[in-house]
Amino acid sequence: MAKPKKCQHCDKPATIHLTQIVNNTVHKVDLCEDCSFKHNVTDPEAFSLADFLIQPEGMHKLENAPDNCPSCGFKPSDFKKTGRFGCPDCYETFREMIQPMLGNMHKDVVHRGKVPEKALERVGVQRRVDEMERELQDAISEENYEEAARLRDALRDLRERVEAAAKAE
Amino acid sequence: MSIQNLISAKAELTDGGLPAEPIVLSTRIRLARNLNAHLFPGRASNDEARATYSDCVSALEKLDALKQSYILNISQMENLSRQVLVERRLISRELTEAGEGAGVVISRNQHLSVMINEEDHLRLQVVRSGFNFRKTWAEINAVDSELENHLDYAFSHDFGYLTACPTNLGTGMRASAMLHLPGLVMGEHMEKVVRMVNQLGLAVRGCFGEGSEATGSIFQISNQQTLGEGEDAIINRLINILHAIIEQEHNAREVLLEQKTATVFDKIGRAYGVLTHAHMLSSEEAMAWLSLMRLAVDFGMLPDDSRSLIDRLMMETQPGHIQYAAHSEIEPEKRDVTRARVIREHLRALPDLNFDIRKSEKN
Repeated sequence: MAKPKKCQHCDKPATIHLTQIVNNTVHKVDLCEDCSFKHNVTDPEAFSLADFLIQPEGMHKLENAPDNCPSCGFKPSDFKKTGRFGCPDCYETFREMIQPMLGNMHKDVVHRGKVPEKALERVGVQRRVDEMERELQDAISEENYEEAARLRDALRDLRERVEAAAKAE
Repeated sequence: MSIQNLISAKAELTDGGLPAEPIVLSTRIRLARNLNAHLFPGRASNDEARATYSDCVSALEKLDALKQSYILNISQMENLSRQVLVERRLISRELTEAGEGAGVVISRNQHLSVMINEEDHLRLQVVRSGFNFRKTWAEINAVDSELENHLDYAFSHDFGYLTACPTNLGTGMRASAMLHLPGLVMGEHMEKVVRMVNQLGLAVRGCFGEGSEATGSIFQISNQQTLGEGEDAIINRLINILHAIIEQEHNAREVLLEQKTATVFDKIGRAYGVLTHAHMLSSEEAMAWLSLMRLAVDFGMLPDDSRSLIDRLMMETQPGHIQYAAHSEIEPEKRDVTRARVIREHLRALPDLNFDIRKSEKN
């Protein structure tokens, strides 16, 4: 026989199994009697499965997440307090922790909307320019003038293209 | 910093398109955007917030849509002016509490406002009167795409636009309509409607967003989910549900007129009587009566073009506006006297209520 499921909040065996369908997605929660009582599961007015799915599960994952975000020093406990992140990089840092929470909060965990093409291209071009400048410096210090001349021309072309694109807008 | 010019100019919400529509007061779409490699406003130092403010303002000034715009530094503004901007829905309450570096840039025609350093670095919003999602989306999408030329947005391919709060992640878009639903409220159907709408993944709020009361039977209905679906799909779903609610409201009004004629006529008659004769009105009371006057216009008891006047009174009799007009912070009792006077003066020009509506409907 299969082992009885454990309550999602404590280690007691789960005796209450809830299923709710939101936007065609099935959400299931297994709870023991004590925890279900504590969270008003028996009172349909006060109980929302969404709260259950978002908070405890997200919080649980927080404990295994990295200690803090290298970019802004943000800690998972800060998220618990404010419900907000510290900087854009937090999403990468705490990816593991937030993915299940996002699944419960949104239609899906993958972005399907608008993409800022122009901004991304600009960032991409800038990165290429920086890279080529470094290569150019290397070529000069290595006295590889043929390569340096090629890089210098390529850089000029790239910059001209960026300027032309900016003017066209 | 004076906002007098802004208030004297026509607001999109009250004079956006004539005649104003029944039921749907306005359409709003907002986009949350953040700058790459910057801490979110909630975590930024004062210096960083000020730097973000000037970066954003100089980028926004380059946009065509924001030529000759109003640029307002909220943290240096007096309380009353801020309150007026909140009442005109050009900024959120949260922005007034945001501190250093909080600001807003508002387009000349007041369709577009961009809050800086609210919960996110940028909150773009376009508001249009009536039921106008296509136009509103086209407008805000164009502004957003133009802004991309000047600012590096925080974006990830799998999570989309990165926002301070994960509830806005992905599209960063909240689309909403402001609906006037007195039929459903009087028919006591609103609870059912709210439950249905919630189940479909939409949120119902009072007219000032999160946590606000639905005074005057005005509700704001918006999408709740922002990730996993494209903007068009989110908007289409919202439009479908709004159509269903609007139909329900029409039905509820029909039923009220058929089955509770005297009750409805009595309420509207009292609204007219009170508003044209009262000498003291609190803002809640004024809202409740004005809401019934709007219903009277929808029923054909008052001329169609009085709807805009009523919408303007709903806005301009809010506490901040009354005090701003009086050039000082005044105590509630005096405000009530001023409010009643303003309403009396404006409604003096209205004709008597026409209760003979069934006949006029037939031709």
